[in-house]
Amino acid sequence: MTTIKNFFATRWGIISVGAFIGVFAPLLQRWGNPANMGICVACFDRDIAGALGLHRAAVVQYMRPEIIGFVLGSLIAAYVFKEFRARAGSAPIVRFVLGAFAMIGALVFLGCPWRAALRLSGGDGNAIFGLLGLIGGIWVGTLFLKGGYNLGRSQKTHTSVGWLLPLIMLGFLVLMLIFPQVQGQEKSGVLFYSVKGPGSMHAPLIVSLVIGLLIGFLAQRSRFCTMGAIRDFVLFRQTHLLLGFITLVVVAFIINLILGQFNPGFAKQPVAHTMSLWNFGGMVLAGLAFCLAGGCPGRQLFLAGEGDGDAAVFVLGMIVGAGISHNFGLASSPDGVGPYGIHAVIIGLLTCLFIGFTMRKEVA
Amino acid sequence: MSNIVDARGLSCPQPVLLTLNEMKKINKGEIVILVDTDTSKENVSRAATTQGWNVKSVEPEGIGYRITVSKE
Repeated sequence: MTTIKNFFATRWGIISVGAFIGVFAPLLQRWGNPANMGICVACFDRDIAGALGLHRAAVVQYMRPEIIGFVLGSLIAAYVFKEFRARAGSAPIVRFVLGAFAMIGALVFLGCPWRAALRLSGGDGNAIFGLLGLIGGIWVGTLFLKGGYNLGRSQKTHTSVGWLLPLIMLGFLVLMLIFPQVQGQEKSGVLFYSVKGPGSMHAPLIVSLVIGLLIGFLAQRSRFCTMGAIRDFVLFRQTHLLLGFITLVVVAFIINLILGQFNPGFAKQPVAHTMSLWNFGGMVLAGLAFCLAGGCPGRQLFLAGEGDGDAAVFVLGMIVGAGISHNFGLASSPDGVGPYGIHAVIIGLLTCLFIGFTMRKEVA
Repeated sequence: MSNIVDARGLSCPQPVLLTLNEMKKINKGEIVILVDTDTSKENVSRAATTQGWNVKSVEPEGIGYRITVSKE
């Protein structure tokens, strides 16, 4: 056990996890997931919000088993290696709000950092603006961190607190099995499904679930985090997590080339728009919110799986944020930003600044 | 007498940030860092090593760890 434990904390450990994701994300696209969206934590949380009917955007409704797998895979790893620690109480409401605005920003760009990487590796040039925005947002976040920003301590708590999000995910999986997708129908029991659009495109349930579980397991062990990758480099010149993120991009690029999924260009990229300023701006908001909350959307799922109740609140904030995003016309589409997307980005940035400026020190 | 950094319950990157601040403050000597997750344990140890500090010991304490780092 100890050797494996140490391995994933090493440089080669994080590189191998980046490579694993880099191989399987493009393969998930080959097996049915939307283009350049083998894995997108924001998009998939948004699809889950749609499956639950929290928004009614008909093209993005599907209970993504990858997300369920991420949480449960992390839970399994945490128990196998005795790292499950139920903890909560570090400014949960702030984490909820950050989760909601992170989602709103990500849906203006149309992807989280994971998808930004996958879009780039698939040849989508618009992703460059998204990634630059992500770096910009995280950079602003590091200024707050240097200034003493923090959300206070979490406390050890009842084991069941740490189990709630994993149980919710398990519940989602059970719902999928009880109410499976019916060809050509928008609803099965209580769950909504997409008949067309990205929500209708998915790998077989078992494939998505198993790959999700494996990534959840490996990411819990290696602490893989796409936001931390950039943050640690900006803040400490630490390249550990960055190596994993870069490996993901490079390996996904190679696999996309092999699979014939590499289509370089800016116009008509799948599930993307060409409004560069807002590809950038959306991700500034998302990057800042992730940085203030201490993890990328994937990492929040993995933390929630190992018992972090505050990360679980961030996840729920993201799902609710997706509902708001589509109900209020904040989310972008291939035609460009939504009618109120720009307003929402500005309000989100102001909210993040308020949080960053007012929550400092006093860590006694 | 060691300087103690209590990073228990703090999320990323606070434990590393507090440790590095303490290192800058005392420049050399010994620092004890208290953390409560394996992630923080790894991150603090890694950061200490890259800063040229020696990780003297990592002992379980309570639900977390007591990390002792030093620099001559």
